Amino acid sequence: MLISMNWISDFVDLRGLDLEALIHRFTLSTAEVEEVFRMGENLRDVVAGKILTVENHPDSEKLHLLTVDGGDRVYGVVCGAPNVREGMIVPFVKEGGMVGGEEIGCAKIAGVESHGMCCSEKELGVSDDHSGLWELPEDTPVGKDMTELYDIKDVVFEVDNKSLTNRPDLWGHYGVAREFAALTGRPLRPLETVELSQFDGLDSVPVEVEDKQLCFRYSCLKVRNIKKKVSPVNMRIRLFYCGSRAINLLADLTNYLMLEMGQPMHAFDCAKVDSIEVKRFSEPFEFQTLDGAKRAVDQNTLMICSKGRPVAVAGVMGGLESEIEDDTDSLLLESASFDAVSVRRASTRLGLRTDASMRYEKTLDPEMTVPAIARFLKLLLEIDPQAQVISKLTDVYVKRYPQVTLRFDKPYVDRYTGIEISDEQVLSTLRSLGFGAQYDGKEFRVEVPSWRATKDVTIKADIIEEITRIYGYDNFAVSTTLSPLYPRKRSAANKSDNFAKDILVERYGLNEVHSYIWFDAKKCRELGVEIEPNVKLLSPQSPDHETLRTNMGPTLLSFVQENRSFGADFGIFEIGRVCEGLKEDGECRERKVLGIALYSRVQGEKELYYRLLNMVRTLGREIKRTELTLSNREPVHAWQHPRNTAEISCGEEKLGWLCTLHPAVLSKLDRKAAVVCAQLDMDAFADVSALDLEYREPSRFPGIDIDLSFVLPGGKRYGDLTPAWEGLSIELLNSVTLIDAFQLGENRSLTLRFAFSSKEKTLSKEEVQPVVDEIVKALETQGVSLRI
Amino acid sequence: MKEKMESLRQRFSKEVENAKNSEAVEKLRVAYLGKKGEVTELLKGLKEVSGDQKKELGQHINQLKRQVEEHLAQKLSQITAMEEQALIDSAEQYDVTLPTAIQSGSYHPVTIIQRQLEEIFASMGFVVEDFKEIVTDYECFEAVNIPKDHPARDMQDTYYLDNGQLLKTHTSAAQNHILRKYGAPCRAIFPGRCFRNEATDASHETTFFQMEGIMVDRNISISNLIYFMKTMLSEVFERDVKVRLRPGFFPFVEPGFELDINCLICGGEGCSTCHHSGWVELCPCGMIHPNVLKEGGIDPEKYTGFAFGLGLTRLVMMKYGVKDIRDLNSGNLKALSQFRHE
Repeated sequence: MLISMNWISDFVDLRGLDLEALIHRFTLSTAEVEEVFRMGENLRDVVAGKILTVENHPDSEKLHLLTVDGGDRVYGVVCGAPNVREGMIVPFVKEGGMVGGEEIGCAKIAGVESHGMCCSEKELGVSDDHSGLWELPEDTPVGKDMTELYDIKDVVFEVDNKSLTNRPDLWGHYGVAREFAALTGRPLRPLETVELSQFDGLDSVPVEVEDKQLCFRYSCLKVRNIKKKVSPVNMRIRLFYCGSRAINLLADLTNYLMLEMGQPMHAFDCAKVDSIEVKRFSEPFEFQTLDGAKRAVDQNTLMICSKGRPVAVAGVMGGLESEIEDDTDSLLLESASFDAVSVRRASTRLGLRTDASMRYEKTLDPEMTVPAIARFLKLLLEIDPQAQVISKLTDVYVKRYPQVTLRFDKPYVDRYTGIEISDEQVLSTLRSLGFGAQYDGKEFRVEVPSWRATKDVTIKADIIEEITRIYGYDNFAVSTTLSPLYPRKRSAANKSDNFAKDILVERYGLNEVHSYIWFDAKKCRELGVEIEPNVKLLSPQSPDHETLRTNMGPTLLSFVQENRSFGADFGIFEIGRVCEGLKEDGECRERKVLGIALYSRVQGEKELYYRLLNMVRTLGREIKRTELTLSNREPVHAWQHPRNTAEISCGEEKLGWLCTLHPAVLSKLDRKAAVVCAQLDMDAFADVSALDLEYREPSRFPGIDIDLSFVLPGGKRYGDLTPAWEGLSIELLNSVTLIDAFQLGENRSLTLRFAFSSKEKTLSKEEVQPVVDEIVKALETQGVSLRI
Repeated sequence: MKEKMESLRQRFSKEVENAKNSEAVEKLRVAYLGKKGEVTELLKGLKEVSGDQKKELGQHINQLKRQVEEHLAQKLSQITAMEEQALIDSAEQYDVTLPTAIQSGSYHPVTIIQRQLEEIFASMGFVVEDFKEIVTDYECFEAVNIPKDHPARDMQDTYYLDNGQLLKTHTSAAQNHILRKYGAPCRAIFPGRCFRNEATDASHETTFFQMEGIMVDRNISISNLIYFMKTMLSEVFERDVKVRLRPGFFPFVEPGFELDINCLICGGEGCSTCHHSGWVELCPCGMIHPNVLKEGGIDPEKYTGFAFGLGLTRLVMMKYGVKDIRDLNSGNLKALSQFRHE
């Protein structure tokens, strides 16, 4: 919203103050100022000039040669304006002067010297009218500087509308002026109005508010015999500076009032609308708004009607049919208050956000409707004293907001703010903002003014804001708290997440990535990965992003594919969320998972698979000192390899999976590379209780290592062998390590190192031989023979 | 006997002189001092000598033996030194300037900044909490004083799900859970992913990180809020940061503020980054709204508190000069592999 400081100065005397510094304080205490414009700064030596003579240019049909009286002397000027005429008084830039930031020198135009320039309104920056020269009134003193004749000089600033969301009172200049009054400690002048009770003897306007839910107040008045059509220049300049376009006197006055008081008003042509009903229709219908568009209006939309005929969308826009036209000389003036949500919804449905609807959305003060009419009348009668009021003020007040009174004591203010502020300062600040404030030595009693009471100020904490923002946050002494400190443990989840990241990055050289919680259907199609049915977004940015991901695999696989040019061998991981369908209560089964994917054109799939297996086991050992169990399972997802998908678990708890890719997917991803992938449920993993570290006294005696090679028939796995020694519970056996593994035709050879040691003595080969024999025997019953 | 010893001594001297390597020295040792060595044999021969002669001769032979031993040891150390020198001289000198290819991993920059903030706050007694990404309408809005039809809901373009839940639009969605979990007093930060249903461009993302913090106790004031914000931001940016508060409207705080820091690019002089104002808007904050405390089971008459929401993703972009926010969720390792712990 644009605010004119000239306008503000109607209500607060700001003389002697640095306006820009004041506007800066407004940012810090009230709302964010986005930009400050200095209007009329780029004019110099622009005066009211009288065109004395007009002759045709010898070489041009459009141009004329003028002599212009600039007050000091007569200038010869070449002018191309179509409305140029002898005797006209126009803004005139003397030679050497400046307009629109451009210096006007002596220039030859089509061969003739020109010593100045006659201007349009647009050239002076006071409107966008460039149809011809700005014709000034006949009695304008020739030679007088334009900036002295009219309020062309002004400081205008733009406030971020978003920062006014919760301040319905700041949607007009008068409310903003109140802030400046409070910030400067200067008084706020009352609005000059007409006493409306003088019309009480007249007939009322027939008004019926049928919809008492959505219409809070409807005030109106009829006026006739309005002869003036054009608004005064200074009024038009203000409107233009504040982003409005002058149309005709009545339309301009409603806009002016809205910008001044924040109260939207509507002027109906009294010849077409002389009674009012406020209601909703039971059926949808078509309605043509002021802007000429035909709009479908549904039954939820509150309408202003006259004799059953809709004439305006309440709070949004009037109808074309009852528009004020050039020959309109009587009006029915509406000043009303509507339900904020209803206006917002209507405006959204119609796709029509107007200055009026923007204000109504903020929950305007219904107390404002009548003063706005009184002010409108005051301005109208000043401009057009012949205008005649022909009805009494008709005011249907359906919903009044209750008076909000707040009570609090001084310690409340002290502990909430942490500053030293006197009782008097609290009182004077609140009073300057229009609050009724009393202090009885114990308790403050604050009456919230109606313009702040619709939703903005309802509780004591709101008063704290009023006090502190005017006090100025820059003036706060800052201090730390006196709160006691307590030890705070890091959660198991936080520990495992961070530890897992460290292991993967620092030990295995993986790269952490972030992605999205939904499947990317386009990328899945490229990989031949089917999107599994799951919870969907109601309105995604793209239909390709509508389904929440059930697992992290496809995300990581497409990242792998996109990173093939990054390197021949890399790994990525993410700790993120997936949604595994719905729980019984209908909410999403959201899981925090760790996804890992490795890619290599250097290593084969088998090596890569074992590398990933090692990583997963390391996570279990390092973070939980626990051996994770991996067992071959049917694939969970169609893109996983049917034979090489394994389940990760710990005890009964399923923690995730580890897999290679289905050949169909791998061939689309990269025919020449190996890719493996794993997912670990970090929520479940965090819940796995970490085993305590058990310290074992080291043996003081050398142990003995026995290496044995076994031949495993096809299908036998290492895991089938372990019971042979685990079942024997051999005290001397310290560890078993895999030394070598290779394929022997159909069979596999595994070389294992059995490390024996004793705490009492040095072991000899003879002493461990019986144990070795026992292991070999146990393995032989499994069909595993010693390779000699 | 004496002549025999003398010639032996001379022969030995010549042979030692000629020994070229440690093997030759060893051969000599065996030849003279070994079990059947010449000096050993001389000693053995003493058995046949008798009386005074024996004693004198014995002394001579032992003296000879010592001389041989010393001579051999001396020669051996000489030769070893030469051999070591030869090894050193012939050794290859390795190229220390050769590039070494090690595979180093990387952390996502959000992780790096998040850890940094967690450390700062943990040191000030804050607990680090985590929360769901898929939340209920109650958690995201109603519990933090944004009832239905509140205009604030329009400001947040929400991703609603077909089961009635939604993707959290702000980390404040965790406030109620945390207030209920800890009660008062309470100091907590909760970083997390947030979602906004809006078109993406270089500075807008649907999916980004925030970090929210709350502190609730008996006498928490606006003055304390400013202190903590300033301290935290000075730690983050590793310099004394100037902050200023402006009124800002957020339904879950009262009063609510926009916190600006002086522009780090120009130092507050005014530049294109700060739109020539010298200030950059950084984080919304405020005193926790009494309704939010009440909804969290805390008596607002007894306790006050502050809350702030930091844009983690924005901090990352400011700190590292990332110009396009979309790089962060791109999975592009050419961008992401550059981020290491500091």
